[in-house]
Amino acid sequence: MNEQAPAIELKGISKAFGPVQANKDISIRVMPGTIHGIIGENGAGKSTLMSILYGFYKADKGEIFISGKKTEIPDSQAAIAAGIGMVFQHFKLVENFTVLENIILGAEDGGLLKPSLAKARKTLLELEHEYGLNVDPDAVIEDLGVGMQQRVEILKALYRQADILILDEPTGVLTPAEADKLFRILDRLREEGKTIILITHKLREIMEATDTVSVMRRGEMTATVKTSDTSPAELAELMVGRKVLLRVDKTPAAPGEVVLDIKGLRVVDEKGVERVKGIDLQVRAGEIVGIAGVAGNGQSELLEVLGGYADGTGSIQVSGQPLDLSGAKSDGRTRRARGIAHVPEDRQREGLIMDFSAWENTAFGYHRDPSYQSGMLLNNTAIRADTEAKMERFDVRPPNPALAAKNFSGGNQQKIVLAREIERNPDLLLVGQPTRGVDIGAIEFIHQQIVALRDKGKAILLVSVELEEILGLADRVAVMFDGHIMGERLPAETDEKELGLLMAGMET
Amino acid sequence: MEVMPKWAEVILVPLISLVLAAILSALVILAIGEDPVEAVNLMVTGALGSTYGWGYTLYYATNFLFTGLAVSVAFHAGLFNIGGEGQAMLGGLGVALACLLIPWPHWTLALLGATVAAALFGAAWAAIPAFLQAKRGSHIVITTIMFNFIGAAVLNYVLVNVMRPPGSMDPATARFPETVHLPTLHEMLAPIGINFSKAAPANVTFVIALLACVLVWFLLWRTWLGYEIRSYGKSEPAAKYGGISPVAITMIAMIISGALAGMMAINNVMGEAERLVLNAVEGAGFIGIAVALMGRSHPFGVFLAAILFGFLYQGGAELALWTSIPRELIVVIQALVILFTGALDNMVRMPLERLFLMLRRGDA
Repeated sequence: MNEQAPAIELKGISKAFGPVQANKDISIRVMPGTIHGIIGENGAGKSTLMSILYGFYKADKGEIFISGKKTEIPDSQAAIAAGIGMVFQHFKLVENFTVLENIILGAEDGGLLKPSLAKARKTLLELEHEYGLNVDPDAVIEDLGVGMQQRVEILKALYRQADILILDEPTGVLTPAEADKLFRILDRLREEGKTIILITHKLREIMEATDTVSVMRRGEMTATVKTSDTSPAELAELMVGRKVLLRVDKTPAAPGEVVLDIKGLRVVDEKGVERVKGIDLQVRAGEIVGIAGVAGNGQSELLEVLGGYADGTGSIQVSGQPLDLSGAKSDGRTRRARGIAHVPEDRQREGLIMDFSAWENTAFGYHRDPSYQSGMLLNNTAIRADTEAKMERFDVRPPNPALAAKNFSGGNQQKIVLAREIERNPDLLLVGQPTRGVDIGAIEFIHQQIVALRDKGKAILLVSVELEEILGLADRVAVMFDGHIMGERLPAETDEKELGLLMAGMET
Repeated sequence: MEVMPKWAEVILVPLISLVLAAILSALVILAIGEDPVEAVNLMVTGALGSTYGWGYTLYYATNFLFTGLAVSVAFHAGLFNIGGEGQAMLGGLGVALACLLIPWPHWTLALLGATVAAALFGAAWAAIPAFLQAKRGSHIVITTIMFNFIGAAVLNYVLVNVMRPPGSMDPATARFPETVHLPTLHEMLAPIGINFSKAAPANVTFVIALLACVLVWFLLWRTWLGYEIRSYGKSEPAAKYGGISPVAITMIAMIISGALAGMMAINNVMGEAERLVLNAVEGAGFIGIAVALMGRSHPFGVFLAAILFGFLYQGGAELALWTSIPRELIVVIQALVILFTGALDNMVRMPLERLFLMLRRGDA
């Protein structure tokens, strides 16, 4: 190695939020022209570290060196000036502006737009040529797919002359094919001498794309290694601090009677857009059917109709009896009475009331159940006792029923929801994104619980954007694209590539 | 983890706000050349120094208890009901009709009937904006405030054209019959040997208001309906997921809220004036918002805040009577208290949270 100065060097960065030590004495060196991965569970401190680097937070202790020079980054302006560009997980684009307008936003020269736009057009063409990032500068953002929008974000950073690009969970919204394209772009950027920091919780991406990788756990940097010298199993162990099972351990399914029978279901959302365009699907007792697909292709609406809080047309039968799809009897309470339990996709928005205590959340949805009542009043003692028992069985930590939901970690929040729904012993369990934002240790447990319910002969409909999860957990896979089911496959007879094509709307 | 312990949240924050408001008020009084110490003295003796003062303080507090509870219940459902004023006006109409049209044999029955009428009228007046919100999405803040004006106009019309006794020049109803007279605190306490001021308007309604506090607490924290109201107020998507109907909860919460605001009328119309006059509510509907804010929408907090505002009202009136501090300045002082305890809550909270964080880090 030559004695080049690192593009970024952090020395002893510490940051605390109240009693929580989010970053503890973190040091890394990233050499120019490399892709450096940062991997860690949710809450390990990855985002905090990057926020410090981008000037959103100020570190309590520590120094930042950019290209060997000590640099203070009090705000994002300073970060941009230091040549740091950030691509956020949720894009910061003006939907009804063109690509060009978005790119100059905040980087206009002077009060008149015309000269800025003309200059930007020229620079943009050069950038596109240099890095192979083809985007139509006059396209309006809302007409572009997510993959394209992400390119615009990258171009925005490059237009501001970023030499260091930070990408925060960039593949969360992409199909596998789009993710591959992104990694090719990153390769090209690296060849041109840019330095890239890739933040992710997906082991596979780290292995595929990075040169070096740092692992974070509980605010500390546990290891920095060359990617070629490590393995997914080793990284997982470093992240969690113990050996983890990356595969779901399950026996072959023994499907029985049809429990859920969907015929010609259509769902129109509040804006009048048809989101589910006539689907047929069956789920049998004792099997897990996984719905794969990129987020926003009608899976959420499917769950909402089944869960009783969106209207649809067509027919749905559960255990041979039709479900009311619109009208007075199509609410969540009636669904629960029919033996349908639902672990919603967004537990913080729907599944839990974050300000309520764990015991109040344990009753949620079942709060009118006679076992939770005494006379006209809620039997708070009974609910608390029930919560305590559930928390123990599902290993929720800390096992304190009085603690507000927002004070639990993502994995423990999900366990609270899962305990509430699974322990009702439903005939049909709807599960949306069961492990989104959940740490690896808890993922294993959650998967085991879902498989255990299947083995009790219950029907499970699983919706997930994580292909690995679908392939590992489901006994049968249906792929949704643009409100249609593109096809059904058996996990043993398919692979990520074929499913990826179906997810992108291509018949195979 | 919570940043501040609960006692700091519910006691320290309002207390510091109050002290700040008092200091600023003192400066204002100083600026117009009066003695703030003397002023405080006057307010305290005027409002709390005699049973007469207490009688007025509790009378005002009763009004604020009802309107404060009304705002609180709606708050818990995530609804901002600023129509307490109009709902209390209409409640007054209900009380007047009940008292004048039905020949009650005894005041207890009359109180029961008038309470039901007040609650019904207030609830009806809140139900219309609630329906518009639930079904049409018309914002409840806009509609409830507009209904205050409509309510005032309705009352004006009814008093001038319908309920005014023939020959009277005053836009007010006839006096209620003697049988519906509610016992004042003087009459209630005399049998047990306490000599409470005869002239003060505080009456049995204060007890009803305390009862309402307890009932609201039970409703919100001990019944599934209250649970649904609070759930909906915290998160509408979660409520939908949980099978809670947004339409039903919006309607129910606003009807309860309107009923509570309407029930204020048994205090001011039946208990004090014993007839319905124009502008009987005198802004108590709006004070209810401040009371609910300061009381953190908790019935016990509302109780304390209502007593405080009762004190400010009565003390302020005394101040205007005995000093050259003009009436308008009293309103300024009351407004400062509202400003500090309600609107500027974060100004006190943030530094306090930081302080607690520092203390805790010191422990660790």
